[in-house]
Amino acid sequence: MEHLFTNIAQILTSWMVSLGLPPIWADLILLIGQWTIIVVIVTLNVIVLVWLERKISGFIQERLGPNRLGPFGAFQTIADAMKLLTKEDIIPSQADRWIFMTAPMLFIVIAVMLYAVLPLGQGMEVVDLNVGLFYFISLGSLSTICLLMAGWGSNNKWSLLGAMRSVAQMISYEIPLAFSLLGVVMLAGSLNLSEIVTAQNRYWFILLQPVAFLTYFIAATAELNRGPFDMPEAEQELTAGAYTEYTGMRWALFFLAEYTNLVAVSALAATLFFGGGQGPWLPSWLWIIIKTYLIMLVFMWMKWTFPRIRMDHLMSFSWKVLIPVSLANILITGLGIEFFRGMGW
Amino acid sequence: MSDQATLGIFLLLTLAFPVGAMVAARLFRAKPRPSQEKLLPYECGVDTKGPSWMRYRVNYFLYALVFLAFDVETIFLFPWAVKFQQLGLFAFIEMIIFIAILLVGLWYAWKEGALKWY
Repeated sequence: MEHLFTNIAQILTSWMVSLGLPPIWADLILLIGQWTIIVVIVTLNVIVLVWLERKISGFIQERLGPNRLGPFGAFQTIADAMKLLTKEDIIPSQADRWIFMTAPMLFIVIAVMLYAVLPLGQGMEVVDLNVGLFYFISLGSLSTICLLMAGWGSNNKWSLLGAMRSVAQMISYEIPLAFSLLGVVMLAGSLNLSEIVTAQNRYWFILLQPVAFLTYFIAATAELNRGPFDMPEAEQELTAGAYTEYTGMRWALFFLAEYTNLVAVSALAATLFFGGGQGPWLPSWLWIIIKTYLIMLVFMWMKWTFPRIRMDHLMSFSWKVLIPVSLANILITGLGIEFFRGMGW
Repeated sequence: MSDQATLGIFLLLTLAFPVGAMVAARLFRAKPRPSQEKLLPYECGVDTKGPSWMRYRVNYFLYALVFLAFDVETIFLFPWAVKFQQLGLFAFIEMIIFIAILLVGLWYAWKEGALKWY
């Protein structure tokens, strides 16, 4: 079971080579296959996640949640997706057409590109990039631009306000996010995600870096614009923030990308802090799915439990608390490594 | 294939995904001719007053400036963190000095009120 997918990939490659295909073409076909699987899983997973989030919010708020379509309302999101597909496409007459149209597309492209480096099991990454973690952070920070494009292109006051807020929030929380990962990099001595997983053979890094995990978790929530950090799209005052003018499929792409980012960030947390695919009995790809889902459940629990944080509190929390804490974490990690090396461990 | 080539092909494939989604939506969606009012910017039922592309508070710019300083520092810190265990004590002390200088910068921005939200 452990090597199920890697074996399938190997058998397929050797079969294609035996047919007389040049190895580079075999690689290319395999890559297209991997990409298709990732996109299909991402899209279907979002349908499950939206249903799960609505059910969990219902449970937390003592409501029933969706319960009409199918068992436990499981087909509700499928119906929603069909509805979004058939909605009419409105581009406001005053909008900056091209920026308005490309913003959601770029957003989803960036979200899917994150999966290129994530190890979804032992030896199951599309690209075993030696700067995988850095690639992840730098791509993740690009999504700020998409939100700004959406807000600016809409030519709507709600959209612009929401976009400016989310840009301010996302650039503020990006620094503690990157700093909190430095502790892990120092311990693992690598930016390669699969090597970081291997470095956790003895201890999961959550045990050595609890502060870094907390910082990462809070900063990631803010990066995702999820509650309690959802000031940029606070529906009571900004309608829907940067997404106000979007309808139908364009809006669905934004929604899809937000949940795709959520999965990617949770999978990264599982990889960096919870030993990736390591665990007893079950195969590694199943373990990473279980861990990712558990972390996502905590994200949802947070969203529906805490009240929204005020904008000024939100900004000062990043600059005056999280950044000093994450810098102190780097120093303490460095001291700890030097100390244990001095002890001869 | 090299890692970069694989990533490039992955990017090309991914670019096709939202385009495909939009084409699919074009096939299925309703296409009535929207009225002039429908194409106005949404503002809770009233007409928009004045331009929406307006000047913004300097606050956002100050945050962006401080962010830039710290983001550049991140680029310096990552290679250091990768090689930390090989470099030994000297590199560690060097980095403490580097971070200390940045903390002074953060303190200065804080003191001057760049981190205040009006």
